[in-house]
Amino acid sequence: MGNERIKDSRRNFLRKSAVLAGTLLVGSATKPFTAMLFAANEPDKFQKWYAIGIDIEKCIGCGMCAKACKSENDVPKDPFYYRSWVEQYTIKNDGSMSVESPNGGIDGFTQSVPEEEIFKTFFVPKMCNHCYKSPCVQVCPVGATFVSPEGVVLVDEKYCMGCSYCVQACPYGCRYLHPEKKTADKCTLCYHRLKKGLNPACFEVCPTGARIYGDLNDKNDKIHQFLKDHNTQVLKPHLNTGSKLFYNGLTSEVR
Amino acid sequence: MEQLYEILNHVDGFIYPNEIVLQWGILIVLYPFITGLVAGAFILASLERVFKIKVLRPTYHLALLTALAFMIVAVLPLVSHLGHPFRAYEIMMTPHFSSAMAIFGFVYLWYLMVVLLLELWFDYRRDLVVWSNESKGIKRRLYKILTLGVTDISPKALAWDEKLGYIITVIGVPSAFLLHGYVGFIFGSVKANPWWSSVMMPVIFLLSAMVSGIALVMFLFMVISWIRKVKIDMACLDEIGKFLFLMLILDFTLESLDQVHRIYEAEESFEILHLLVTGKLTYTLFIFQGLMGTIIPLLTLGFFRVHLPKEKLRKPMYFLASCLVLFGVFFMRWNVVIGGQLFSKSFLGFTSFKLGMVGLEGFWMALAWMILPFLILSFFLWLVPPWKKHAEQSPSDIEV
Repeated sequence: MGNERIKDSRRNFLRKSAVLAGTLLVGSATKPFTAMLFAANEPDKFQKWYAIGIDIEKCIGCGMCAKACKSENDVPKDPFYYRSWVEQYTIKNDGSMSVESPNGGIDGFTQSVPEEEIFKTFFVPKMCNHCYKSPCVQVCPVGATFVSPEGVVLVDEKYCMGCSYCVQACPYGCRYLHPEKKTADKCTLCYHRLKKGLNPACFEVCPTGARIYGDLNDKNDKIHQFLKDHNTQVLKPHLNTGSKLFYNGLTSEVR
Repeated sequence: MEQLYEILNHVDGFIYPNEIVLQWGILIVLYPFITGLVAGAFILASLERVFKIKVLRPTYHLALLTALAFMIVAVLPLVSHLGHPFRAYEIMMTPHFSSAMAIFGFVYLWYLMVVLLLELWFDYRRDLVVWSNESKGIKRRLYKILTLGVTDISPKALAWDEKLGYIITVIGVPSAFLLHGYVGFIFGSVKANPWWSSVMMPVIFLLSAMVSGIALVMFLFMVISWIRKVKIDMACLDEIGKFLFLMLILDFTLESLDQVHRIYEAEESFEILHLLVTGKLTYTLFIFQGLMGTIIPLLTLGFFRVHLPKEKLRKPMYFLASCLVLFGVFFMRWNVVIGGQLFSKSFLGFTSFKLGMVGLEGFWMALAWMILPFLILSFFLWLVPPWKKHAEQSPSDIEV
């Protein structure tokens, strides 16, 4: 009697294990790309799915965005940590290029190249690209970095163990290890503000309206108009990160 | 923080503002270095057992104990470097399987528990039983615990030990390849970093691991023979030298191929990487890794293939070659880990790195992590000396 029961439960256990293993195998075979290869999140049609548009032609390099970001998000004030910053590109007449971002552009810019040597100059605001096949999410060994249902890449600071693998994996240099919290930190698209129906800090303060954000799932949203009106490009498209930060006026010099 | 402000003055060209801080310092250089030593030492041991190269017998147990001593330490610099070391267990509890790093804990434990510990236990079980009867005091107690209560040393049981040990070694060979190939993949799969992102990375890591592991056992074999005042088994040493030479050729060829390929393709990142190797990495790449760690040992060991000089000359040259190889492979890891973080992902400039002396990420701490496995190995050699194993004493082992 006792023996039989053991045999029976063993058989049941084996059967259940086989079913479970089979389901996992079939399940992983049907969605191999999204489940294993990238940390890709398919957009949910009924959700907001945020993307960002930055118009390089409108940016005047005032650095308000970078400044507002630091105050709003408690980013360390030292000049080694930025969630948002501005780069100044200067192409000289001889074809060489100078790029600068003193203190992330927070204190504004001065032009170090004499005017007669300048071929053209422009500013490129940078922030997290909120990629939907993001390398940083892919490499996080514990899943502390994740994509929110709205397509915003976030870090769970109570869970992050501070290995810095995501900092290495981000091709855009958008992450840093917070010196006090000892966890990875990055732009959250001011998720705390978005949830209250407010604009992210950098968008709120931009005096020229050089940056917009919107819902890619809503065809009437301003982001769609932006993408329709301009020839936009993402940074480092060859890396296939699924960047959702679209630039108007991006030239090949910018990386 | 003051150090960062100092580095701010040493930035060349343009780097993304978050790139001034180097995320991975010397502790992460040690991690692939130590893991490589483990994999290499194990593969040397497997040459004797699986591939039946009997002349290597005197180094078999030494190689395994070395692998174990270094394996115990391998994970420590890694964990101590984390921002939150006490969250390290999360990598085992909730691994995120799309991450190349996620299965590290499992690969590590598999190798440590299933391969190294089990194999050594089967190898030493008989001796542990015998020693637990012969010795006294603390040693006796330790041996008793290590037998795990299995005291059957009948010929039948011993035959099983041999059989199971052999099976584990056979499993261990691909496991050692997995262990270090995997470490290479952690770097090789970072597509954001052109200095790392290469399909060759796991292979190069693996070959340099074998080179360094073989060199380490060679070094230890000589040092231990000297300390024990026994005549060194030259046939064995020559054989190790032969394998070291073979592995060095393979390693050198593949690393060169990787570089030639980069140079010939000359992709987007070529200019910045060219500046990197001719600037910040000149000494560590060309002099330390290339000339001292590869060319000189390669020529020395290659020369021995043509003409075998007298023992008196050969011994110090083997010793020198093994030290140089270890030095070179350490700098290979340095060039990968540190070199890969010195240039900006904007490909427009460099940050700089200065190794501090004190602190958790400093030179002294790194040195301590490097000495620790030797101390652990000394303890193992005191507790379970390979030369006192049953039927292990070769004529050359008799004290002079």
